Amino acid sequence: MGGITQPLFSAFGEEALFTRLEDAGTKAILTTKKHAAKVRRIKDRLPALERVIVVDGNEQNVKPGEIAFNMEKSDRLDRFKIEPCGPETPSVLHYTSGTTGKPKGAMHVHSAIIAQYLTAKWVLDITPDDIYWCTADPGWVTGTSYGIIGPWSNGVAQAVLDSGFNTEKWYQFIAQHKITVWYSAPTAIRLLMKDSTAAAKKHKLDSLRHLISVGEPLNAEAVIWSEQAFGKPFHDSYWQTETGAIVITNFPGMKIKPGSMGKPFPGITATVVDLKTFEPLSKRGTVGLIALKPGWPSMFRAYWANKEMYESKFNKDWYICGDRASIDADGYFWFVGRDDDVINTAGHLVGPFEIESALLEHEAVAESAAIGKPDPVNMEVVKAFVALKPGHEPSGDLELNIMNFIRKKLSPLAMPQEIEFVDSLPKTRSGKIMRRLLRAKEWGEEIGDVSTLEND
Amino acid sequence: MSEDLKKTIIDYVKKEYLEEDTQDDINESTPLISSGIVDSFSMVSLKTFLEKKFNIKIPDDKATPEAFDTVNNIINLLKDFKVA
Repeated sequence: MGGITQPLFSAFGEEALFTRLEDAGTKAILTTKKHAAKVRRIKDRLPALERVIVVDGNEQNVKPGEIAFNMEKSDRLDRFKIEPCGPETPSVLHYTSGTTGKPKGAMHVHSAIIAQYLTAKWVLDITPDDIYWCTADPGWVTGTSYGIIGPWSNGVAQAVLDSGFNTEKWYQFIAQHKITVWYSAPTAIRLLMKDSTAAAKKHKLDSLRHLISVGEPLNAEAVIWSEQAFGKPFHDSYWQTETGAIVITNFPGMKIKPGSMGKPFPGITATVVDLKTFEPLSKRGTVGLIALKPGWPSMFRAYWANKEMYESKFNKDWYICGDRASIDADGYFWFVGRDDDVINTAGHLVGPFEIESALLEHEAVAESAAIGKPDPVNMEVVKAFVALKPGHEPSGDLELNIMNFIRKKLSPLAMPQEIEFVDSLPKTRSGKIMRRLLRAKEWGEEIGDVSTLEND
Repeated sequence: MSEDLKKTIIDYVKKEYLEEDTQDDINESTPLISSGIVDSFSMVSLKTFLEKKFNIKIPDDKATPEAFDTVNNIINLLKDFKVA
């Protein structure tokens, strides 16, 4: 049809939806009855939105102006006119969070399929004989690149489980469908670990042939545990919304160093560069920023209507990923941490600015800061520091009220799992909240230079 | 007591986690977490609600997706705290 697809997470609250639909100037949205109410509440604020199509709707339960589309009852088409497109024609627009500003739309093009096809074939190792299960939600980039495009272009049979996490249910699903290749995430693996090796041994999981993980660094313990539980290790893979496909990874057959993200995919030139000069670091083991030489097929081509931000991601001919890592003597990459304030919770990036902006819309909140705090399962979860307006007192009820306010406005991922009420927040002399200070305290790290701090 | 408790929790789940004009309904044995009505992140707000409402502290090792999966499971969990 010539349109650009914009996947959206079904658990997004109305403000998170509005931000992404308004920025993209989205013309049509496909949704279900369950989520249509959220769209209705923001539709009047979206002048570009021409069509709302409810795929499981009928004439009785859609509102005026909406289209009820019942896929099962609709006529099948014998022929469908395909809009001509080339390798550089835009295809998918994925929104991703940064430290500052609103989420940005990473725009991909049709030639990205080359990278998605090859990485699915060589890294996920899927073949036409496999039964493949990608546990990612299709609203996120993994769900699109490796839940749809990668497996479809390789002609593999897929199993899809539309349900929340549940150890028993997941193992039953693997056993029932004889899953051979399983692409999951560290948070899920750590939850399975919590339920012990014995829980895995109760099920017949010997169909599993190859296991891969993505979303956040896979800790060494999880790799070692998976060998005990499944008789084979999870292979960590590294990539981002902006890279469109896996760029650094542990290949099948390669010696795994538990805790390492592996080596660059063929055709990808990856290194770590100095934090200040952006020159590649020649001394092995030195921590720098992960950098990629631009030009691979699935590289994002723009941030939607934000040229300045797109250009800021490149320095000295490198695309700077925003993650810190080192490379060992054997060429393996080791993740150290994010180079910014973005929170990685269960493999999803959440921008502190978006949370702080939403917090300020709560009637009791005067100022706020959002950071990631350590979490044994999700790597990080959101913690908010909140200073209240006069006339409001900290209480358990208010904490719950603020949590639910953010959950409904943004998403459950963005909901602070803890709120600390404070009298004021540490700021620089120019009035900028020093998240770095709050984060360092939370992680028990060195606080560093506080010479620009305004108040103690 | 148990009926009141059941109603309190069901009412809260309906109010906070279901869309107003949805036709979905829940009862004490409806799966909440495994069905996705309450996802694992939102579970924290449900746990916080129970803690504030009943003035208890549920330790993390008891706040599992299974323990929160149905209203009946939650009531069983609350028995440990002499609430149910």
